[in-house]
Amino acid sequence: MLAFAMPVLTRAQVEAVAALAHLELEPGEVEMFARQLGDILTYADELQHLDTTGVPPTAYGVASRGADRPDEVRPSLAADEVFGNAPERDRATGAAQAGGGFFKVPRVIG
Amino acid sequence: MPPEPRRPEAASSKCPASLVSTLSDIRDAIRSGERSAVDVCRESLDRIAAADGALHAFNTVMTGEALARAAEIDRDRDRFRDAPLAGVPVALKDNICTKGVRTAASSKILEKFVPPYDATVVSRLTRAGAVIIGKTNCDEFAMGSSTENSAFGASSNPWALDRIPGGSSGGSAVAVAAGLTPLALGSDTGGSIRQPAAMCGVLGLKTTYGRVSRYGLLAFGSSLDQIGPLTRRARDAAIALETIAGLDAADSTTATEPVADYQSALSGDVRGLRIGVPWSLVEDGVDAGIVAAFKAALDTFKARGATLVDIELPHAKYAIPVYYLVATAEASSNLARYDGVRYGLRDPQGELGAMYSRTREKGFGAEVKRRIMLGTYVLSAGYYDAYYVKAQQVRTLILRDYDRAFERADVVAMPTSPTPPFKLGERTSDPLQMYLADIFTVSANLAGLPAVSIPCGFTTSSPRLPIGFQLTGRRFDEATLLRMADAYERDTEWWMQAPPTASR
Repeated sequence: MLAFAMPVLTRAQVEAVAALAHLELEPGEVEMFARQLGDILTYADELQHLDTTGVPPTAYGVASRGADRPDEVRPSLAADEVFGNAPERDRATGAAQAGGGFFKVPRVIG
Repeated sequence: MPPEPRRPEAASSKCPASLVSTLSDIRDAIRSGERSAVDVCRESLDRIAAADGALHAFNTVMTGEALARAAEIDRDRDRFRDAPLAGVPVALKDNICTKGVRTAASSKILEKFVPPYDATVVSRLTRAGAVIIGKTNCDEFAMGSSTENSAFGASSNPWALDRIPGGSSGGSAVAVAAGLTPLALGSDTGGSIRQPAAMCGVLGLKTTYGRVSRYGLLAFGSSLDQIGPLTRRARDAAIALETIAGLDAADSTTATEPVADYQSALSGDVRGLRIGVPWSLVEDGVDAGIVAAFKAALDTFKARGATLVDIELPHAKYAIPVYYLVATAEASSNLARYDGVRYGLRDPQGELGAMYSRTREKGFGAEVKRRIMLGTYVLSAGYYDAYYVKAQQVRTLILRDYDRAFERADVVAMPTSPTPPFKLGERTSDPLQMYLADIFTVSANLAGLPAVSIPCGFTTSSPRLPIGFQLTGRRFDEATLLRMADAYERDTEWWMQAPPTASR
């Protein structure tokens, strides 16, 4: 038994997912992903045939966890190293507080 | 027949038929003063210059850095006299961060990204005396099984240039197979070390989850990713693993289990070891030549005193859908960081939201977008329980299958890939077909288990293409896997074989 309708994706669904993922798709890609993701999800529906009542989910295959390290202040990267890859950097504003500036982004609010 | 050695006088007595030197040969020659690190480094760079136009194993060759480092090792011989990797040229998959050297993960979005720090594995290799030669091609962000999803173009299989080398660590497998470097590191999220190793005829080891630090590895599926070595033989993988494994304060998922003395485990003795074989899985839809080579490998172990036991992995057939739901969910979250703000590509048009979307549209290739979309979908409201939680529950069932198998067997044996390397372009338009190539490899990642692919023969048809088989072990039991691989190498010559391109 399928728990829900066959998930062959509509254009609108693909566009909604793209918006959630911050991906601007080209028109051809919407069609392509609708078909390909539909194929993959149909294939994945095999899982719905398995009864997993009471089976706990696994997030990590290995249960052991590493040792904690002491919570000590350690040297971090210099500001120039951090900003070395920045597409745009604002050196002037608040330079003293931030140790050399900010990442600059386009206007957020219109 | 293996090709004739080009320089028989330089070949090791241990591998007279091999054209390509092993890591331990090279390391020993440098330690003893027989060769200089600069000489070895130049040879590696020369081979890359001669062969890489056809192979495209490398995205970046670090000529200047490598020669400077090799000269440093030659100058300071005392310091490196006992270094486990003294002067050994190493190739790194392009998703492993190298300070000051572009790390792009074969993505346009990181085409100009220069990390301000080294991955933990890089600092450990360097401390051990290694010479980093360059960054190898891979599928973009390690997403793929053929190395065709690279923004910098596909790599070629050195055994047949019109074929895929496997993926996603294709460039690393090509580098070792073609004798460009004796050691390469790859990353394995669903088979990305083992499958290209099998397809290029080298050994590839995916370690237990938590055995090797992921600090500085560009994240794809954080519960699945592991870094591991590709080498010509088990001893070299043992040396590499001793160097890179172990607890790391920078990666809280690294394990506290002590790192074994893997080289001491290479005793050749496999008597009494029980090899579990899931026959129903192995014989379903697998290339006949691969099944034949696999059975012959099992016979080799039997002749050495190991025993075969039949096992069942009833949920293994669900491993592909589970993997592609879990891995894409994790990827969609991990790749959210590529937004044009702090590093990488930016399309500066429009306001902030438009900048994000356009940057990601321009910067990511089709497979990466497809996986981000799939992962976003399975995590979205209304589908989370049906897909993501369901997949995690079936992951539990797969894990229990292995726990049960290891009650009766010490290792589980399977082919690595159901098919030999296919032609470039053959499956690029059908992602689902491409995903099915991972049927034997994804379970080890889902269960966090170590697994090794070992060369075990060639296809009998033309062209002659490598075949590998896989041994999966108990958690943190890499020693048994390497012991078995080493024992197998003592009885076979597959590991010595070098492709025709290596002699050019």
